[in-house]
Amino acid sequence: MIPFILRRILFALPVLFLVATLSFLLMRLAPGSPFTKERAIPAAILRQLEVRYNLNGSLPQQYGGYLRDLAHGDLGLSTQYRNRTVNEIIGQTLPVSLTVGAAAFAIALGVGIWAGTYAAVRHNRAGDRAAMTGALLGISLPVFVIAPLAILLFGVGLRWVPVAGWGTPRQLILPALCLGLPFAAAVARLMRTSLLEVLGQDFIRTARAKGQTEGKIVYRHALRVALLPVVSYAGPLAANLLTGSIVIETIFALPGIGPFFVNSVLNKDVFMVGGIVLLYSTLLIFFNLVVDVLYAVLDRRVRIS
Amino acid sequence: MALLAGGCSRSAGRADFVFVNGAEPETLDPHIVTGQPEIRIAESLFEGLTSRDGAGHIVPGIAERWEISPDGRTYTFHLRDAIWSNGDPLTSADFLASWQRALDPATASGYADFYSYIVNAEAYNAGTLKDFSQVGVTAPDARTLKVTLNYPTPFFLDICAFSTLAPVHLASLRRWGNDWLKPGKLVSDGPYTLAAWRINDRVVLQKNPRYWNAAHVGFNRIDALTLQSPATAFNLFYSGVVDLTMDKSMVPAFFIDVLRTKPYYHAHTILGTYFYRFNVTRKPFDDPRVRRALALAIDKKRIVERITRAGEEPAGSLTPPGFTGYEAPPGLGYDPEKARALLAEAGYPGGKGFPSASILYSATGAQNAQIATEIQAIWRENLGIEVGLRAQEWKVYLNSLAGLDYDMGQSSWVGDYPDPNTFLDCFVTGRGNNRTGWSSPAYDGLLADARREADPVRRMAILRQAEALLVDQAAPVIPLYYYVGVSLYHDGQLGGFQASPLDEHRLADLYWIERPKGRGTP
Repeated sequence: MIPFILRRILFALPVLFLVATLSFLLMRLAPGSPFTKERAIPAAILRQLEVRYNLNGSLPQQYGGYLRDLAHGDLGLSTQYRNRTVNEIIGQTLPVSLTVGAAAFAIALGVGIWAGTYAAVRHNRAGDRAAMTGALLGISLPVFVIAPLAILLFGVGLRWVPVAGWGTPRQLILPALCLGLPFAAAVARLMRTSLLEVLGQDFIRTARAKGQTEGKIVYRHALRVALLPVVSYAGPLAANLLTGSIVIETIFALPGIGPFFVNSVLNKDVFMVGGIVLLYSTLLIFFNLVVDVLYAVLDRRVRIS
Repeated sequence: MALLAGGCSRSAGRADFVFVNGAEPETLDPHIVTGQPEIRIAESLFEGLTSRDGAGHIVPGIAERWEISPDGRTYTFHLRDAIWSNGDPLTSADFLASWQRALDPATASGYADFYSYIVNAEAYNAGTLKDFSQVGVTAPDARTLKVTLNYPTPFFLDICAFSTLAPVHLASLRRWGNDWLKPGKLVSDGPYTLAAWRINDRVVLQKNPRYWNAAHVGFNRIDALTLQSPATAFNLFYSGVVDLTMDKSMVPAFFIDVLRTKPYYHAHTILGTYFYRFNVTRKPFDDPRVRRALALAIDKKRIVERITRAGEEPAGSLTPPGFTGYEAPPGLGYDPEKARALLAEAGYPGGKGFPSASILYSATGAQNAQIATEIQAIWRENLGIEVGLRAQEWKVYLNSLAGLDYDMGQSSWVGDYPDPNTFLDCFVTGRGNNRTGWSSPAYDGLLADARREADPVRRMAILRQAEALLVDQAAPVIPLYYYVGVSLYHDGQLGGFQASPLDEHRLADLYWIERPKGRGTP
């Protein structure tokens, strides 16, 4: 297992290098300058700015400078937020997104696995239909519809929770639910299909023949195997949720990293884009590794070598 | 929950005053700031020689009084006995060194051209002049600053109120480098000090007890919230978490017809204009008859009544109303009959043979697309021409405008100081903000005459003549409507908030007439 993990980490390095290269080159080749403003700035000032950010000279020179900084763990300076380093912006905003994302991830998996199991066990009965209708709604209704409606009802109307903002546990409830529930719906559908398939397999028939209780069959034998597709889905989902959501964080005014995924591209904030893409790639690679390890733990048929 | 506790220190309770500041401040460096959310905070932290009252009039700042020479070219400022927030004395040497820093090309200040009225400042900023002692500013003693201008500049005191000309504490710049703006390190001379600044969350301002006019600062602590979504801003205001929102962009557009009837809705015209530019280097827009025809064909009422809907007035002139002593020319108005005649005269009767062209607009802000679509329809109806639409993301759009890579383009301008020159100077040949390729020796000459003219009445008459040339004859631009500033606050509770032409509202002037109760914490 350990050599496997080490090998995967070693493979991740060239991937990250490629990601950094592509994001830097694409940002520099895209039209628009990071320093353009509505009010024109003199050419001399523009040159000074390019010098300060090492964005003068030829593209290979700029790229070389960027790689040197990266090798020292320095993601560079933000061109948009002129007194902030990319490290600082990520350091300040990522914890917020991690908190909301972790809560949403727990909701997505907890609610999703429970609802999917509930539906599968009550296959084609009223409980199944109700759970799957709920799941269909959760998948179809986009978060930018759900979130404002939830704020209107629970924040503005009933005043159970604050309408927006960050800092108290109560301000975590609505964003985490709005972010997590649509994924819970997806997990529920996945879980139901998978569990139904497993419940029809030979080893379950054997367990039934042995006279084991239905509860034991489902929860001890079937669930373990049925969870595998959910685990595959959960890896990228974790990377996705933990890096924040522009929609949720904008609507709820959360000081997370989510909006930077879009805004730093629009602002041509080249180093910020690089930093954020590297962060996301690292998380994605990490959680895919976790998925592979979990596979081996959950399913004895999978052997890691 | 450990992360939550670490993310925000809430022990201090609710601030005295909470307002929506809009986008995340790009910086708080007074010499670098260019956007309203930044300027609002920077001007609360740093005070220059002069300042503005709630209505936008110039009042003494760090300079308690000043003398202007009869030729209008020499200003002598007498500084008051002011100190920095750390107790250091604030002297004329601070101004001298700060202005040198702002003009230093390495500082790369985007608003350094505010100094261009001062003798030799432009050359020093461009790097062609290395000796700062040749720039027209001297400090005869610790409390006197003498400024020599190129021309009599009637709005120079307004320029002095701009944060670009505010002093910065150079000792802390040297000590902290790029970190000098961090809370706990920043030393300010204005009504407030910086207590906290959390990315995409808020800037917290704490009253500066060492500010010379601290007795008249209304609030001890102010929270300036960073918000992107107008619907969220409104929810926060409606539920009492926020006391004030002050940009039209922070009012939900779909909701504005309802909001306009509410007692807490306040709108006033500001010195801003939304207009279209022509790229006069491209056919057929090199022909002034075509430009005038396209301008005359637009029913601007349709745009303000159907799209913007916040009480905007259709614009004839480029300069909005509200410049004291200036009466703008009426502009071309709406006359589809005349527009068709002009278009026929230019060789496109009934729109036949009109080359393919498109309207460039920024995809940021939904109303840009709506206005472009409306104008496309208006031209189709009134002139029989079909133009395309071309949306670009903000920075790319700015690039296309500056590089004259467009046919017709959406634009706007908001005055920097209350004088028509702030609009008209943009269209002088070769100016960075011209962006039309339009060049007129007559226009350039009139603006140069106005610069040299010491008599204010004659000067305004010259500027009016220049603007008539711009909007009535040459028409490289089509003014569409004048901006309004929209703010939400409760009358009778919040005091000191006035309709300001530059839409700048000094936070230090605000106070509670009646303190609201039971407010939520953001």
